[in-house]
Amino acid sequence: MMLSEATLKKIDREVAKYPADQKQSAVMAALIFAQDEKGWLAHETIASVAQYLDMPEMAVFEVASFYNMYDLHPVGKYKLTVCTNLPCALSGGVHAADYLKKKLGIDFNETTPDGKFTLKEGECMGACGDAPVMLVNNKHMRCFMAPEEIDLLLEECK
Amino acid sequence: MLDFEIDGKALQVQDGTLVIEAAHQAGIYIPHFCYHKKLSIAANCRMCLVQVEKAPKPMPACATVVTNGMKVFTHSDLAVKAQKSVMEFLLINHPLDCPICDQGGECQLQDLAVGYGSSAARFQEEKRVVADKNLGALISTDMTRCINCTRCVRFTQEIAGLMELGQAFRGDRAEVMSFMEKTVDSELSGNVIDLCPVGALTSKPFRYSARTWELARRKSVSPHDGLGSNLIVQTQHNRVMRVLPLENEQINECWLSDKERFSYQGLNSAERLTKPMVKQGGQWQEVDWNVALDYAAHALRDVAKNHGAANIGALLSPHATFEEMALAAQLMRGIGSENIDFRLRQSDFRADGKRQGTPWLGMKVTEISALDRVLVVGSFLRKDHPLIAQRLRQAAKKGTQVSVIHSADDDLLIKLFAQAIAAPSQLPALFAEVLKAVAELKGVATDPALAKVGAGGTASAGSAANTETAMKIAASLVSGSNVGILLGNFAQQHPQAATLNALAQQLAVLLGAKFGFLGEAANSVGGFVAGAVPSATGMNAAAMLAAPRKVYLLLGAEPELDCADGACALAAMQQASSVIVLSPFKSPAALEYADVLLPVSPFSETSGTFVNTEGRVQSFYAVTKPRGEARPAWKVLRVLGNLLELDGFNYDSSEQVRDAVLGGRPEFVSGLDNSVAGVAIELPAAAGVERIADVPIHFADVLARRSPALQATANAVAPTARMNAAMLTKLGVTSGGSVKVGAGGTASAGSAALMGTATLFAELDSGIPDGCVRIAAAHVNTIALGPMFGSLTVERG
Amino acid sequence: MALLQSINPLLSAGWQRDAHEWRLENDTGWHLKDYEARGGYQSLRKILAAKMSPDDVIAEVKKSVLRGRGGAGFPTGLKWSFMPKAAPEKYIVCNTDEGEPGTFKDRDIQRFDPHAVIEGMIIAAYAVGAGRGYNYIHGEIYELYQRFEQALDEARAAGLIGQNILGSGLNFELFAHQGWGAYICGEETGLLESIEGKKGQPRYKPPFPANVGLYGKPTTINNTETFASIPYILRDGGDAFLNLGKPNNGGTKLFSVSGHVNRPGNFEVPMGTPFPKLLEMAGGMRGGRKLKAVIPGGSSAPVLPADIIMDCTLDYDSIAKAGSMFGSGAVIVMDETVCMVQALERLSWFYYEESCGQCTPCREGTGWLYKVIHRIEHGLGRPEDLDLLSDVSTNIMGRTICALGDAAALPVLSFTKHFRSEFEYHIEHKKCLVPRDVQKAGSTFHTRLMAGTAC
Ligand SMILES: Cc1cc2nc3c(=O)[nH]c(=O)nc-3n(C[C@H](O)[C@H](O)[C@H](O)COP(=O)(O)O)c2cc1C
Ligand code: SF4
Ligand code: FES
Repeated sequence: MMLSEATLKKIDREVAKYPADQKQSAVMAALIFAQDEKGWLAHETIASVAQYLDMPEMAVFEVASFYNMYDLHPVGKYKLTVCTNLPCALSGGVHAADYLKKKLGIDFNETTPDGKFTLKEGECMGACGDAPVMLVNNKHMRCFMAPEEIDLLLEECK
Repeated sequence: MLDFEIDGKALQVQDGTLVIEAAHQAGIYIPHFCYHKKLSIAANCRMCLVQVEKAPKPMPACATVVTNGMKVFTHSDLAVKAQKSVMEFLLINHPLDCPICDQGGECQLQDLAVGYGSSAARFQEEKRVVADKNLGALISTDMTRCINCTRCVRFTQEIAGLMELGQAFRGDRAEVMSFMEKTVDSELSGNVIDLCPVGALTSKPFRYSARTWELARRKSVSPHDGLGSNLIVQTQHNRVMRVLPLENEQINECWLSDKERFSYQGLNSAERLTKPMVKQGGQWQEVDWNVALDYAAHALRDVAKNHGAANIGALLSPHATFEEMALAAQLMRGIGSENIDFRLRQSDFRADGKRQGTPWLGMKVTEISALDRVLVVGSFLRKDHPLIAQRLRQAAKKGTQVSVIHSADDDLLIKLFAQAIAAPSQLPALFAEVLKAVAELKGVATDPALAKVGAGGTASAGSAANTETAMKIAASLVSGSNVGILLGNFAQQHPQAATLNALAQQLAVLLGAKFGFLGEAANSVGGFVAGAVPSATGMNAAAMLAAPRKVYLLLGAEPELDCADGACALAAMQQASSVIVLSPFKSPAALEYADVLLPVSPFSETSGTFVNTEGRVQSFYAVTKPRGEARPAWKVLRVLGNLLELDGFNYDSSEQVRDAVLGGRPEFVSGLDNSVAGVAIELPAAAGVERIADVPIHFADVLARRSPALQATANAVAPTARMNAAMLTKLGVTSGGSVKVGAGGTASAGSAALMGTATLFAELDSGIPDGCVRIAAAHVNTIALGPMFGSLTVERG
Repeated sequence: MALLQSINPLLSAGWQRDAHEWRLENDTGWHLKDYEARGGYQSLRKILAAKMSPDDVIAEVKKSVLRGRGGAGFPTGLKWSFMPKAAPEKYIVCNTDEGEPGTFKDRDIQRFDPHAVIEGMIIAAYAVGAGRGYNYIHGEIYELYQRFEQALDEARAAGLIGQNILGSGLNFELFAHQGWGAYICGEETGLLESIEGKKGQPRYKPPFPANVGLYGKPTTINNTETFASIPYILRDGGDAFLNLGKPNNGGTKLFSVSGHVNRPGNFEVPMGTPFPKLLEMAGGMRGGRKLKAVIPGGSSAPVLPADIIMDCTLDYDSIAKAGSMFGSGAVIVMDETVCMVQALERLSWFYYEESCGQCTPCREGTGWLYKVIHRIEHGLGRPEDLDLLSDVSTNIMGRTICALGDAAALPVLSFTKHFRSEFEYHIEHKKCLVPRDVQKAGSTFHTRLMAGTAC
C-alpha cells in the first residue's frame, strides 16, 4: 500500500510549507493526496502516511476520522455531496438531493451497483447563495443545481 | 505568592497554581474527571466548573490559574448548577450497569453521581452504544462506559511516550481506540486502568474476580527492578487479587510498570512449591520441614567436612530480600565458605576488591529529573527501567539533553539528543571516545590508556559516524551544569563492565558529574550491603559456575535463566552432588538437578527489605500468609543456621536481622560509592559474530515469568535472532526465515556438553550494528547458546 | 454585472458575475495585475516606502473601528496590539474556514479578491511583527485554495512576499492550508490545532492565541474579510473607513443573503444600512410571499421574527438590541412557508454533526437537543419537551470550551421562544402548523439564475 512517487512529491511540497520541526502539519494534505491516489483511505494507506510523516498511526487516524471529507470506506468513482443545510434547503437543497436519489436509485451513503456514484449529505459548504450546491469528488463545487443542471452533471460524469 | 480565597477560606498560593490545586491545598475537593496532575490539561469534562468572582460564566478549576485576590466558590448556586448539569450530560449516555461493573466502588463517576446526579432521568432517548476494543491481555474494555476524558490517550502520548490510544471520530461518535485494533504494547500500559475514572478500562486479569470493597489493602514494595516502586497489594482470602501503585513522588510517582502490576499472577502459579521435598532414589518425596531441613543441613555439613567448605557455593537471586541475603551470607561464612554472590548476570568481576563503596545509582531517583545532560551507557532502558525511562522522557521534554551509547537502537520513546550504537566489544572504545573528546574540550590531558582510541588507534568506536556522535555527545555533556552518567544493565553485564565503570568515573570527574548504576534488581544495592558478595578468598557467581562446586545453595535463583551463562550454570547444577533450592517455585529444571526443595515465601508472604538503586531502605510486611507450608526464607535460613549450630542465628524477626546489619533503620544505607581504584582500562577488539543479549522485561525474574497475563503480551514474545539487513543478506535469509545459531567457542569445559544450538526465526532489526545478532537471554529457548556476550555462529537453518 | 454595490474599491469593485458564474475558470479580474489596477498593494508600498511604524499601522486600524468580520466583532486594531513585541517567532493566520450556515462571503473574496487578503495579511504581519502566515481555507472550496496558491505565486514572483519584500528588508512567508470538512475549524483555536496537523478540537482559553498560538507562538487570527478590509484602511485612512459606516461600527460589510429572496448573494453595504434596504437589494421576497423570520448573523445567531428584523439596521448595536447577533453578516431569510420546527431540526442536526466531541455539555447536549427536536418534528413530542429543550440549552451555554456550545443552544432558545406556538402545535397535533404542501412550494428549487434577471 505504498504511496506513489508523485503523491510523495506532493506531500513533500506541503511539508515545506511548515517549520522544519512541524512535519505533522502536512498530514491533512498528505491524506488528501493519498485519498486522491487510492480513492479512499484504507488503514494501510493511513499507516503509510503515518510512516512518511513520522507520526503515530493513531494520530493520523484521529485526523482521518475527524474531518468529514476523508473517506474511510470505498466510494464510487464520483462522490456527490449535496448540501442540505437550512439555507440551501430553503432554495431546493433537499429537492436536489431527492432528485439525485431517485435518478441514481440510491440513498445517502450508498453507492450505485456499478460503483460509479456515491451520494453523501453535506453540511454547509459556504456557498449558500448559490444553492443548491454540491461537491463532485470533494474538490469541484457545482452551484445552482436545478434538475437540468443535475442531468448535465450526471452526463458529464463518464 | 498570591492571595486566594475559596469558599471563604483564605490562603496563599504560589504563582501559576491552578484553582483545583489551590483548592486541594485548602482541603477542598473539586469534582473532576479529566484533570490529572501528571497529564496535560484538557479541560474537557467540565465537571470542575466553579464560580470565580466577577467572572460571568463558571470556570473550569483545572484550567484556571489563580490570580491575586481571586475569590472562588465551589458550592455557590452557579457552581453547583453547572456541576449538576455536567453530571447529567455525562450520565445520559452512560450505561446503568454499575452492579456488574468492575469499577464499582472505585468509580469517580459513581461517587460523584451520588453527590451531583439527580435521580430522575430526563433523557428518554436511546442510549449510545460503543463497541468494545481488544487492547491485549492486560486491559479490558467496556467502551460504552467511556466519558471521553482522554486521560488514557494523554497518558500514552505524554507518559508512555507513544500514542497507542487516540480519540477517533468526533461529536458523540468520538471513541477512544487503538489504530487498527492493535493491542496496547507499552510496558506502562496498565496505568490507564488507574487513570480511567470510570469502568471503561479495567484490569483484564482481575476482571470479575472480586469487588474492591471486599479486598484488604496492604502496602508493599515491588520486587522487580532496582527502583523499588511502592505498591498497594489487594488481597482476599489470603490471595493477592490485584496490585496498584502506592503513590510516592520520590520513587514511582503514581505509576507502575506492567511487570510490577501484573506479576502477582505468578504468586498463584501452578508451579508454586507448597511442601518441602526431597529427592530420594531419583524420586521426589514430599516431606516434613524438619526432614527437609535436616537433609539440607546434612548435605552442607558433609561436604564441608569431607571436601572443604569451598566446595559449597551459594547463588542468591538479586530479588531476594535484604534479610534473606544477609542470613544466607552469614550462613555461608558460618560454615566456612566465601562463595556467595547475587550478581548472577555479571561477567566481569575485575572491580571486586577495588571498589570504594557500594555501587549505586549515584544520585537520588528524583535527581534524575533535574539533570540537564544525561548519558546512558549500555541499557535497554525502556524495558529494564520503565519508570526511570519515563522520568528521562519527561526531562527530555523540558530540555534535558539525553544521549545514549549502546549496542541496540531500541526506540526509547525519548527525544534523544544523540545516540551511537556499536557492537558490544566496541562499546568500551566508543565510551572512551566520549571521554577523550570531553578531555580535549576541557583541555585536560587524556588517560594514556586511551591512546589506542580514535584516530590512528587500534580500538574502534565502531564507525566514523560513531566517532562524530561521540564528539557531539561530549560537547553536550561539557555544556551541561548538572550532568549524569548512567550505566545500564547491559553495561553491568558486559565483559568489560569494570572498564566501563572506570571510564564513567573518569568522565564524571572531568565533568563534575554524577555517575551510577541503574540497579537491575530489587536488591542490587542491598545485596552488597548484606554482604552477599565474596570476599577476596571467595568465588563470585561466574567463578563458582565455571569451576563447578559440589553443593549449591540456591535462594530464589533459577541459574539456567538468571545467570550470565545459562548453559554453564545448568551444567554446574547438573554435576553437583547436591543442590539445595530455597524457592517459592518448583521449575522443571530444578526438579531435575535439585535434591531438596524448600518452599519459601515470595515477597508477598514475608516481611523484608529492599534497598533500592538509590540506596533507600524500604521494608515491608507480608500481605498474605504463606501458601501451603511455605515459610519466609529468613526463618528457614535461621533454622538452618541453628541446625548447623552456627552463632548469631537467634533472630525473632526480619526487622532484627535488618537492624543488626544496618545498625538500625536508616532511610538510606551508607557507604555508597561508585569509584574504583586501579581497574585497568581494556579495549578489546571485535571478534566474530557478536551476541547482543537483552533480558526481556517479562522473563527477567521468577515472578514475571509465571504471570500468564504478562506472558500473553507483546513484550513476552519468544526470542528471535534480530539482525540488520546486511547481516540477513550475508546469511541469505529473509526476516521471518529461520536461522541456526550455535554457541561460540568460549564454553568452559563443564558446560561444553550443554552448549549447543538453537533454531530461531530471523528478524530484521535495523537498530542492530553490523556483525551482531540480538538474541534474548533468560529464556528456555536460548539457554543452549551460553554466555550473554561473546561470539556465535549463525547460519541459514 | 455586479450584484453588489461596490463601495470599497479594494474589496468588491472588481467582482463580476455572469450567467454561468459557478464556472471559476471564466473568472477574470482576480489576478495581481487586475488588483493592482484597482489600486491594490498601494497601501503596502506606501507603508514600506514611508517606513510607517508598526504602531502607526495599528493606530490607523484602531481608528477605523474595524471589527472582526468572523463573527465575534472584536476590534481588530486592539487585537493586533495584544501581540507581544519581543517574541522572536510570531504568526498571522487568516480564517477562511467559512462554514457557518448562511455565510458565503469569504468564498467570494477568495474568488475575486485573493490579493486583497494577501495584502491585508502582509500589512498585519508587518504591524505585529510576524514572519510567517497561513490562510486556512474551508475544505469544500478546494478550487479557491488552488486559486489562492496561484495568487501567492504571483505575489511571490512580484517580491510582495518572501524575503526582503519590495527591498524594504521586511520578510514574510505566506502559505495556504487546506481544511477538509469540519465546521469547528472556524473556531480560531480549533483552526490552529488543525494547522498543527491534529483534530480541530478547540483549546481552552486563556491563554489566547496572541500569547500562545500556532506552534505555541504568539499568533493573530483574523477573518478573511477582516484582512481584505485592511488595504483600504491603510490607503484611504482609518477615518475614511469609519465614516463609511457608523460610530462603533466602522466601514462597509459584506452581507450574505440566502433563503427566500429573489436574488441571494453577497452585498457590500455600509454598516448601519436598514435591513429592508438589504432585502430590497436582494430582490425582495421570493414569489412575493410574506417574510416570516430572519437569522441575521449566521445560523448560530438567534432568529428574529419579521416585525423585529424589519426595524433593525445592519450593525452590531442594533441587532444586539433586538436580541440577536450581528455575527458574520449572514442573513438567512425565511418566508411564511417555513415550518420552524423543521428548520430548527436541520440546524440542530448541524451542530450535533459538527460538535468536536471534546467537552461534555456540547458532545452530549447537542445530540440530546437534536433527538428531542427530531421527535417533536416527527410527531412524538411530549408536553414537557419545550422546557427540557430550554433547560438543556441553558445547561450547555457558557459551560463549554468553545462557543459552539452557545451556537447550538441559541437557535433552540430563540426558535422556541419566538415561535413557541408552532412547537406546541406540533406536540399537540403531531403535525406542522404550516401545511406540508405549503412548505414544499416554498422550499423548491430556486436559483439566482432562475430569477431571470442577471441584475
Ligand atoms: C464554532 C465557531 C465557528 C466559527 N467559524 C468561523 C469562521 O468560519 N470564520 C471566521 O472567520 N470565524 C469563525 N469563528 C470565529 C473565530 O473563532 C474568530 O473569532 C475569528 O476568526 C476572529 O477573526 P476576526 O476578529 O477577524 O473576526 C467561529 C467561532 C466559533 C466559535
Ligand atoms: S463546545 Fe463543542 S465544539 Fe467546542 S470544544 Fe466543546 S465539544 Fe468541541
Ligand atoms: S477536570 Fe476540569 S474540565 Fe475536566
